[in-house]
Amino acid sequence: MALDNKTDFKYIGTRPERPDGLDKVTGKARYGADAYAPGMLHGAVVRSPHAHARIVRIDASKALALDGVKAVVTRADFAQDLEGEDWNLLENTIAGEKVLYDGHAVAGVAATSALIAKDAAKLVDVEYEVLPHVTDVDAAMAEGAPVLRDGAADHSVPDGLHPNVVRYTEFGRGDVEAGFAAADLVIERSFKTEAVHQGYIEPHACLAQLGTDGKGELWCCTQGHWFVRRMCAALLGLEATQLRVTASEIGGGFGGKTTVFIDPIALALSRKSGKPVKLVMSRSEVLKASGPTASASMDVKMGMTKDGKLTAATGTFRMQGGAFPGAPMDMTTMLAFSCYELDNVHHEGFDVMTNRPKQAAYRAPGAPMGAFAVESVFDELCEGLGLDPIDARLKNAVKEGTRSSFGPKYKAVGLIETLEAAKAHPHYSAPLAENTGRGIASGYWMNWGGETSVSLAIGEDGTVQVGVGTPDIGGSRASMALMAAETIGIPYENVRVNVVDTAALGVNEPTHGSRATYASGLATIEAAREAIGKLCQRAADKWGIDVDAVEWKDGAAHPSGPNAGDFEPLSIAEIAGEMGSTGGPITGHHDASPTGFGGSFGTHIVDVHVDPETGRSTVTRYTVIQDAGKAIHPDYVEGQFQGGAAQGIGWALNEEYIYGEDGRLQNDVFLDYRIPVASDLPMIDTVIVEVPNPGHPYGVRGVGETGITPPLPAIACAVSHATGHRMTRLPMSPPRVLRAIQGKGVS
Amino acid sequence: MTRIPTRTHVTTTVNGDPVDFLADPRETLLDCLRDKLGLTGAKEGCGTGDCGACSVQLDGRLVCSCLVLGVEAEGREVKTIEGMAEGNDLHPLQAKFIEHAALQCGICTPGILVATEALLKKNPDPSEEEVRYWLAGNLCRCTGYDKIIRAVLATARDLREGV
Ligand code: FES
Ligand code: FES
Repeated sequence: MALDNKTDFKYIGTRPERPDGLDKVTGKARYGADAYAPGMLHGAVVRSPHAHARIVRIDASKALALDGVKAVVTRADFAQDLEGEDWNLLENTIAGEKVLYDGHAVAGVAATSALIAKDAAKLVDVEYEVLPHVTDVDAAMAEGAPVLRDGAADHSVPDGLHPNVVRYTEFGRGDVEAGFAAADLVIERSFKTEAVHQGYIEPHACLAQLGTDGKGELWCCTQGHWFVRRMCAALLGLEATQLRVTASEIGGGFGGKTTVFIDPIALALSRKSGKPVKLVMSRSEVLKASGPTASASMDVKMGMTKDGKLTAATGTFRMQGGAFPGAPMDMTTMLAFSCYELDNVHHEGFDVMTNRPKQAAYRAPGAPMGAFAVESVFDELCEGLGLDPIDARLKNAVKEGTRSSFGPKYKAVGLIETLEAAKAHPHYSAPLAENTGRGIASGYWMNWGGETSVSLAIGEDGTVQVGVGTPDIGGSRASMALMAAETIGIPYENVRVNVVDTAALGVNEPTHGSRATYASGLATIEAAREAIGKLCQRAADKWGIDVDAVEWKDGAAHPSGPNAGDFEPLSIAEIAGEMGSTGGPITGHHDASPTGFGGSFGTHIVDVHVDPETGRSTVTRYTVIQDAGKAIHPDYVEGQFQGGAAQGIGWALNEEYIYGEDGRLQNDVFLDYRIPVASDLPMIDTVIVEVPNPGHPYGVRGVGETGITPPLPAIACAVSHATGHRMTRLPMSPPRVLRAIQGKGVS
Repeated sequence: MTRIPTRTHVTTTVNGDPVDFLADPRETLLDCLRDKLGLTGAKEGCGTGDCGACSVQLDGRLVCSCLVLGVEAEGREVKTIEGMAEGNDLHPLQAKFIEHAALQCGICTPGILVATEALLKKNPDPSEEEVRYWLAGNLCRCTGYDKIIRAVLATARDLREGV
């Protein structure tokens, strides 16, 4: 769908109040854990205390004997004939022969109260035969490392690698050796990042009802209820459309709520007990057993001439994504060098299994790690050659028509525009305080389209309802309403957007990949256009003229061409008021898997003060500059920029999964897994750049993901400049920075 | 086997209304508010006192309701997010949070509103730093806090100026 070239927007680009605001500030909005059903039971999950063990025996007799306990489920209560990704999903949902990480689910219990369910879970007696474990990516690839599962590797893995390496990729072009030979400076460094959690404040929660007739209802907090439906149906052996899934209001997801953890267990408990079952994770369960992101070990080498032109780049990216295939090495390799024009480039990626929870998507999955390594080396090249890091980036920045490092040519993109805006921003030239360093980095996410279905209906009073299938996490209902209002020419307040359940629309992919405002927005616009066509037809019928002679303007049908001025315009309310007698309801609908999504580049500037006595880093100033294509509701675009930066700050400075020698997670509460709090952060300044996406009627690009990609390298560069030591390992916690300052290395 | 432990009859006041419920002595005030009284505005983000999503006032003092037992509410006054607006009139903080887009997913919002109402009562003219430290126990993962802090400062200014 092509760009409209419309520039005189009436509603788009304004900042109206969001439709769900009132419910959310009064405590009325209903999230995952806020649902109750008559006769409802409460569930609890029995989890492994071991990182790796064989399950010898599960004895639930004591639990079942407890008053109030109604059902216990184990792996035997799920589908038995699964293969491939469905098997992986089931194995992660509830262990089969082995437990593969600390916190791996082994059984589920349902009882008449949450306290009884928890007591009963403790009474389920599981006998384990403990096996050797491995939690570090490099250790898991080394000779002699414990094997998680033989035969898990696919065809891409070359012979001779450890069986824990389950996928491999290698691609590139040109002659990297010749490229390095032509450089004036070549830098090669190794980097490491730790696993971090999405950290949504709402734990996973659901309320499930499933009958022995295979018909079910599921209420849950999810980014994508059709995904939940497909996964639960597969794991429980149901027909997809017999399960109706309703998405609750969602308390954050960031990619982590695009899969299932407890929903299939709640459904199985309901099927077994014959009652609705509510299941809610504790924070500790969220950290131990829902998906964090992958951790990475990386080597990057880049060459540059003295006037700042890159000559060659190579990268090796080893990613662990827990006890299953799926670490996002594809995205890491694809996007690592995506900012730069490179004739000679080579990538290698490894997907490695370890005894950790199955990784899940986290905002621009895979991209931040690669950007950390590549942008850090770029910065060091500029430092070594005495070049301004923005000028040097401008020399190499991709633009429309550039062949990307991963193959295809870019359509219109805004990297140069963000770099120019960064250079012009007062932050870039502001003086720096003592012990403070400034970092600059750019990043990219290519965004996504995906299966999308939207229905729109005109009410009898001429107002409009829109049904979308993408859960609203950060104000997307307001954005859809703005696009519908703009297209139809009616006030924003006259549009109500609802996130509807799986029974009401065709398949919708989740709100992920920064696709909702782009894809559901595009489908909303098209559905509105279809409805406009029908409204015009009703007017044409009434006037007795051809529909081609009717023009839709400002929410009304106008006679045009030879009939112009012959009739009074008919407003949407007038047409709608008569629709029952002029042909029935007026609706619009649009289904698509749109492919015109446009990627978004961002450039961040950050100042970090490092206390030389303690090694503590404090972000003192932060500016996000990113291409939104077209900002539909600028408040929520800025919000995405700020939220991405804050999560990146946490990843860079504090957050990490810490496993003990015993393979158990050491920091499974928010006190120890410390996400940024208000007193850790400054205001986060934002600049919205708008280079329209040619693949959307109003130019929209997704904005959610890109913002977490530049912070890791930008902050690492700032700390490196403040301390005079190149930081190659995250998080840059005070002890680690102090060791660097004291010249004891950065590991 | 094990019998359900004897429950305690708790009589208390919530948002000005007298209420009573039966509580297992191990049940938190948060669970009692949510599961027994249907007041689900307070959220459980952690259950360990680290996130502030469960914030309520107990006899005018800001507490994490996940760290208070239901039986401790006996004879006390509890105020939750559901009691913040006067009927249909939003508290100025609530209105300002909507106006400033100070929420994305909104799961942290009830706790943050309850906490900031307590702050402004104590200190009608807080500095940015004071707001940030006061809210350091209320986690928000979506917003980076920027718009939240601005909404609080703007509300405080309006209240001082009698807007
Ligand atoms: S739920 Fe009480 S502080 Fe987090
Ligand atoms: S708005 Fe989502 S946690 Fe604060």
